[in-house]
Amino acid sequence: MSFLVLDNLQKSFGPVQVVKDFNMSIEKGEFVSFLGPSGCGKTTVLRMIAGFEMPSGGTITIDGEDQDRLKSNQRNIGMVFQAYALFPNMNVFDNVAFGLKVAGKPKAEITERVNEMLALIRLEHLADRYPYQMSGGQQQRVALARALAPKPRVLLLDEPLSALDAKIRISLREEIRQIQRQLGITTVFVTHDQEEALSISDRIVVMNAGRADQIGTPSEIYNRPATRFVASFVGTLNMIDAVVADPAANTVRIGDQLIALKEAIAEKKGGDTISLALRPEAGSLVDSGDTALRGEVLSSSFLGSVIRTKLAIGSNTVSFDMFNDPDLTMPAPGEVVTLRFSAGDLLVVRD
Amino acid sequence: MSIGARIIGWGVLIFGLLYFFVPLGGLFEFSLKARRGVYSLDAYSRVWADPQFQATFGYSVMMALATIVIGIVIVVPTAFWVRLKMPWARPYVEFMTLLPLVIPAIVIVFGYIRLYNTSSFLPLTGSVLGTNVLLAFGYTVLALPYMYRAVDTGLRTIDVATLTEAAQILGAGWFTILSRIILPNVVPAVLSGAFLTFAIVIGEFTLAALLDRPAFGPYLQRIGANKAYEPFALSVIAFGITWGCLALIQLVSRFSKAAPARF
Repeated sequence: MSFLVLDNLQKSFGPVQVVKDFNMSIEKGEFVSFLGPSGCGKTTVLRMIAGFEMPSGGTITIDGEDQDRLKSNQRNIGMVFQAYALFPNMNVFDNVAFGLKVAGKPKAEITERVNEMLALIRLEHLADRYPYQMSGGQQQRVALARALAPKPRVLLLDEPLSALDAKIRISLREEIRQIQRQLGITTVFVTHDQEEALSISDRIVVMNAGRADQIGTPSEIYNRPATRFVASFVGTLNMIDAVVADPAANTVRIGDQLIALKEAIAEKKGGDTISLALRPEAGSLVDSGDTALRGEVLSSSFLGSVIRTKLAIGSNTVSFDMFNDPDLTMPAPGEVVTLRFSAGDLLVVRD
Repeated sequence: MSIGARIIGWGVLIFGLLYFFVPLGGLFEFSLKARRGVYSLDAYSRVWADPQFQATFGYSVMMALATIVIGIVIVVPTAFWVRLKMPWARPYVEFMTLLPLVIPAIVIVFGYIRLYNTSSFLPLTGSVLGTNVLLAFGYTVLALPYMYRAVDTGLRTIDVATLTEAAQILGAGWFTILSRIILPNVVPAVLSGAFLTFAIVIGEFTLAALLDRPAFGPYLQRIGANKAYEPFALSVIAFGITWGCLALIQLVSRFSKAAPARF
């Protein structure tokens, strides 16, 4: 039996259904990210787990216990908000102690636990500070300590990094993951940032228009996107329109060039159009892979560690990345080059 | 700015100041004239020595404090709830809180006397304690526009919804949220509402007179009708108290700007 089970969850606000048939089982100690654009329902699912929103249908079970009748203050869940939401009238110590005080723990135990939490986030020296005296990153670490102090069964993170600047965002996400592993706490993380989701999750749920489009490990999500939406939302992806040449031989035509696919397309007929996807990093100009496409260079941009080149192949624009090398000459616009990759990198996207 | 405009500006300011301060100066000067031929504080010492002054002033201060407590208990949860759960109700609640400015106190007190007289279902006017309670609630109504506005403005400076959710998920119930999170964060606003309430209650005449309670307002009126110099000394004292309240509000609002309004 999984630890946190969302069974056929539904939520409507008036006539608008924002969450549809959401099913998911989360194991104890797992770190799961809900990834999707704004308005996809990811935050609503999180708020239903927290008890801030009542599901219109379906059930939420934590450790075998139905949460339906429990209010949010009875669920023993920790939550970190995008806006930090530290209590402005309390210093760091009192903020972290709040949940323990509400639970009526003895004073000595509270002090010990708060100090333990402050050590965990390495802010023991700021115990007397008020929220307005700290940076955003420090405030969010305090918010994390506050959420963890009462030993919650589940930790919910609602876009906790979105309000922070880029450097802090990366260091804090690593810190969150490390603390989560150390405590082994079941965690649900909501984000619209695919890089964040890919870098810290055990599993990712890609949400689109209230549904879970795909649930899988970061590598599954990235390398084997199940739908066109997942493919376009996670990472940069070239979408290439192709025409089926011979379904039995898995050959397709891109512009006037014929190539063979690894994946079977036997269900298609000759002349059908299909969508293919190719990651920019799969392509290369040097002799590698079993497939080649000729194209005219449209532009080439220097991005630091990589050089991204755009090619016109038939009616498609295809980008590919090369690692930077001081000796490299960048492809010039107008030049005709041959893009090489292995047929296995070319995905057939089914809607 | 041209010279002419500047002169007109100063002229208007000086006229305004004179308009305000000359009568006040006259009042103050007259209050010092209790002894013939010389300035003295006789009128003030007589007022201070009057046991009735002490009794009524003390009574009004107690009533003001009670009014402030009732006001906080009614207004803070209401303003909080309207902001959190019923934002659509805000215009209606604001309209209701403004009614005391439109409806004269005399109408309110006659309504009270009709509703709560000794032969009614709740004979509050039948006992001293009951009448005091009625008076305190009446004062609360009079102070409602100021209290509500002050508290509502205070709530605007904090993220009520998120702070409430943060407290809820940590296990807090409504009472804890209100007393430990919301109230402490709107203290400056509550204080400024409280001082305005204090100033209103100290000077109020109609409610106290018609409910026949020994408050400061009716005492002021009685002295004014019977004595020559004392009412002017009393007026100066009343001014002093009101200005003291305003100064306190200023102080508090300045203090609140330095305090953590944002998070």
